[in-house]
Amino acid sequence: MYRWNFDAVWQYWDLFMWGLGLTVVYTFGSILFGILIGLLTCGARLSSWKILNLIARTYQEIFRCTPLLVQLLWFYYAFPLLVGITIDNRVAAMLTLSLYVGAFYAEIFRGGILSIDKGQREAAAAIGMSPAQAATRIIMPQAFKRMLPSFINQSVIQFKNTSLVSVISVADLAYMAAVVNGQTYRPLESYTVMAALYIVVLFPLTQAADWLERRLRASD
Amino acid sequence: MSDTSIDRDPVIQAIGLRKSYGTLEVLKGMNLTLARGEVVALIGPSGSGKSTLIRCLNMMEQPTAGTIRFRGKEIGRKFRDAGDKIGIGTLRRNVGMVFQHFNLFPHKTVLENVTEGPIVVCKTPRAEAEEQAKELLAQVGLQDKHGAFPNHLSGGQKQRVAIARALAMKPEVLLLDEVTSALDPELVGEVLTVIRRLAQDGMTMAIVTHEMAFAADVSDRVMFLDQGSIAAQGSAEEIIRNPDNERLASFVSRFNH
Repeated sequence: MYRWNFDAVWQYWDLFMWGLGLTVVYTFGSILFGILIGLLTCGARLSSWKILNLIARTYQEIFRCTPLLVQLLWFYYAFPLLVGITIDNRVAAMLTLSLYVGAFYAEIFRGGILSIDKGQREAAAAIGMSPAQAATRIIMPQAFKRMLPSFINQSVIQFKNTSLVSVISVADLAYMAAVVNGQTYRPLESYTVMAALYIVVLFPLTQAADWLERRLRASD
Repeated sequence: MSDTSIDRDPVIQAIGLRKSYGTLEVLKGMNLTLARGEVVALIGPSGSGKSTLIRCLNMMEQPTAGTIRFRGKEIGRKFRDAGDKIGIGTLRRNVGMVFQHFNLFPHKTVLENVTEGPIVVCKTPRAEAEEQAKELLAQVGLQDKHGAFPNHLSGGQKQRVAIARALAMKPEVLLLDEVTSALDPELVGEVLTVIRRLAQDGMTMAIVTHEMAFAADVSDRVMFLDQGSIAAQGSAEEIIRNPDNERLASFVSRFNH
């Protein structure tokens, strides 16, 4: 029977907290940049300009069809050789995470907007709204509600995906757990604490998301 | 087929109107004039171009050729007024449209659906817009539904909200595109009653409908469209009750009235 001993691990509590802090920063940072990239890409995909469309699609397919781990390695080790500058591992991590999630967000935004019946746009136009007014007052609020579950789902995945940045030595929660394990030789405790910390952050968030979704469904 | 109304103060006119989708010509050069206060019913088999015609009148469809005039001025292709041409935005502010499938804004309450146009497009103060919306909703018999969301209403109620929404813009013309076609038969009457009252109050309307009895009853003039052209037009008496054209007679006879 294994004898749990968290005391050794508790000594490194500050490392876990530091790692968790970084994980949160990378998650929210990449979500923020990802939303920007996603909106631009979505706009490009919905535009009638063929070149824009092609560029946006190419970007999306590259990032959706390669594993995030591969992208991280490529941006940290390969990309600098290509452009002849060194890239800080933290920059490479934020860049890759943002581009990765942006490709998926773009698809979520696009699906949400396209799912709104064209009668809505027509009804808005019929009372004299400009296309911009129709978009902001009629189409976007409905599309937002419809894309929210997928958006939250992708963002939860993103939080967990940040653990991959540890392979390029960014000191996130997963990296710190490995460090603690190296110091204490207590893998069970180190990695269990890590797992618990992911749950402690994500569980309240998914609950809050469910609550928000129920509230937004009031008009259905 | 005399048409005495054309000389009377035309509100909206279509001249030489053509519309094609690819190689399919849906409207083959059509002229239509709505005089102030006139109610025109557009009848005809599906695919005859009735809906396309009234959708061109508020530029919901861009005509392939021909012009639309509103109060004598040509409508441009831009949203805003440009030079001596009226913008599409201005046109639509003054020409209301009611759709077959209602197209209410599902994320807004009944009251918000009606106040949306005045507040956003006309910049009417909220309090004033709400007061006016409540009046309109009372007129269509929905004074107790202000806070309801569209998805909780029956089809007939939805369509009456849609009519109130269009009226809130104080339009000079109302375009009704098969507004009872998506309704259960027992709900058709409540919507027709509202439209009949609008006709009595002098609203200028173009009505695409399959309700022959209603068309005969409410309209000053009936137009029979067939394969993208106006095949016959005249009073309800001439067109619906005593059709002299063979295709028209066979079309009308399929509806009992």
